[in-house]
Amino acid sequence: MNAIGALGRNVLSLLGSAGAMVLFGLSGVSHLLRPPFYGRLFLRSFIDFAYFSLPVVALTAIFSGMVIALQSYTGFSRYGATSAIANIVLISVVRELAPVLAGLMVAGRVGAAMAAELGTMRVTDQIDALRTLSTDPMKYLVAPRLLAGLLALPLLVLVADVLGVGGGFLIATAKLGFEPHTYITNTVAFLNTADVVLSVVKAAVFGIIVSLMGCYYGYNSRGGAQGVGAATTSAVVSASILILAFDYVLTELFFSR
Amino acid sequence: MTETPQAGTPKIRIRGLRKAFGAKQVLDGIDLDVAAGTSMVVIGGSGSGKSVLLKCILGLVEPDSGTIEIDGQDLACLDQPARQALRAQIGMLFQNSALFDSLPVWENVAFGLLAQHQVSRAQARTRAAEMLGQVGLGPDVGGLYPAELSGGMQKRVGLARAIAGGGRILLFDEPTTGLDPIMGAIIDGLIADCVRRLGSTALAITHDMASAARIGDRAAMLFGGRLVWQGEAAQLLDSGNPMVDQFTHGRRDGPIQMELRG
Repeated sequence: MNAIGALGRNVLSLLGSAGAMVLFGLSGVSHLLRPPFYGRLFLRSFIDFAYFSLPVVALTAIFSGMVIALQSYTGFSRYGATSAIANIVLISVVRELAPVLAGLMVAGRVGAAMAAELGTMRVTDQIDALRTLSTDPMKYLVAPRLLAGLLALPLLVLVADVLGVGGGFLIATAKLGFEPHTYITNTVAFLNTADVVLSVVKAAVFGIIVSLMGCYYGYNSRGGAQGVGAATTSAVVSASILILAFDYVLTELFFSR
Repeated sequence: MTETPQAGTPKIRIRGLRKAFGAKQVLDGIDLDVAAGTSMVVIGGSGSGKSVLLKCILGLVEPDSGTIEIDGQDLACLDQPARQALRAQIGMLFQNSALFDSLPVWENVAFGLLAQHQVSRAQARTRAAEMLGQVGLGPDVGGLYPAELSGGMQKRVGLARAIAGGGRILLFDEPTTGLDPIMGAIIDGLIADCVRRLGSTALAITHDMASAARIGDRAAMLFGGRLVWQGEAAQLLDSGNPMVDQFTHGRRDGPIQMELRG
């Protein structure tokens, strides 16, 4: 009975947390629609999200494209189907690897930083101080970060799409003996608008998830340095799991027919 | 809409204020008046609910019951804009200053003015320099970040931020905590100067007796969620109340038994 009780408590706690996160997110979004707007803070978050994450996302994308080219060549050469490699690299990178890996990288970089910053503000009374200065913390701290996540990750992922395919091209032509013109022609021929749209849609959803988790756990952190550390860990872990879960859901929605 | 207060109405009037966190009753029926233009100091041990009292006044914590009136208007009965307008009169100096470490000092000081769109950024910077001058800091400090300041300078910046909105009501949460006695005396002096010069109504909480004597006109002691004594601040060290006497003289034995968890 104790085990069942504990399971029930955990499920209820999980549902409660999920509900609180949704309400928190809706509150943040509602502040995006009502003035005052903090353009300067949005810009700062956007630059942090997009510009400063570019190196890590770019490297991840390039190496992923390179690995996919190598692995698919190893597998497909057994069946004499190496001509499909350009297509495999394109689909793998654009549909899956670029949005998912960019999301995970940004969750580790930006989501963790958001949770740590807001958590520190919470435990040092800076969030309370905002309220005493006639400023709604949800509007000032959360809304600009949600918008930055929504807009910045799609841009990053478009860059990652190009660089990932470029990484595959590099290996295919420099190591595997593909003719550059043919590889590019095959890639362009296989390029599908729906794949790019899916990539961007996934990126927008993952961007919101990263911002929401970072803000939610940071904003609600308690208990000093240990609480801030726990909030940061929770933000990264939750964002990573949700990114993978929503990746499946979105893929199912787009390609289940 | 805010109404003009009647003569004799306390600037801050608290009645029957209660607040519990779980099973712990932190505030258990607080009645307190702070007359306009006076300084009230509330003393009490760590965890006695002093900070919760301030947070209730600021609206950061929702009381379970009781009323808080400013200029005779019950905050709970006002609509959001009116409540916001009344609370905009309040400047707060937090225990650890709570400066925004992502912003330079001048933007910290002028934050409230910028948030309410009362001034342009250029005007705000000028105003911030004036405020910094009032707490004994030069305008060059405005370009620094809070992490570059000493504890005493951070308190001064926090005080400048608190008075930047006009300082009609000033709340101080342990203003000298973490400072050496000399710096503590300097901060107390600045607080007393600002309150006098601006004609502010001040409510400070502290467990620093020297600070209480320097800041306060009147004093009260919070214990067990209740105010167990109120009187002139000058009487703190000789109040005749055994609890206040034990606390102010730092005696281990007496009616106050500290809760220790073994």
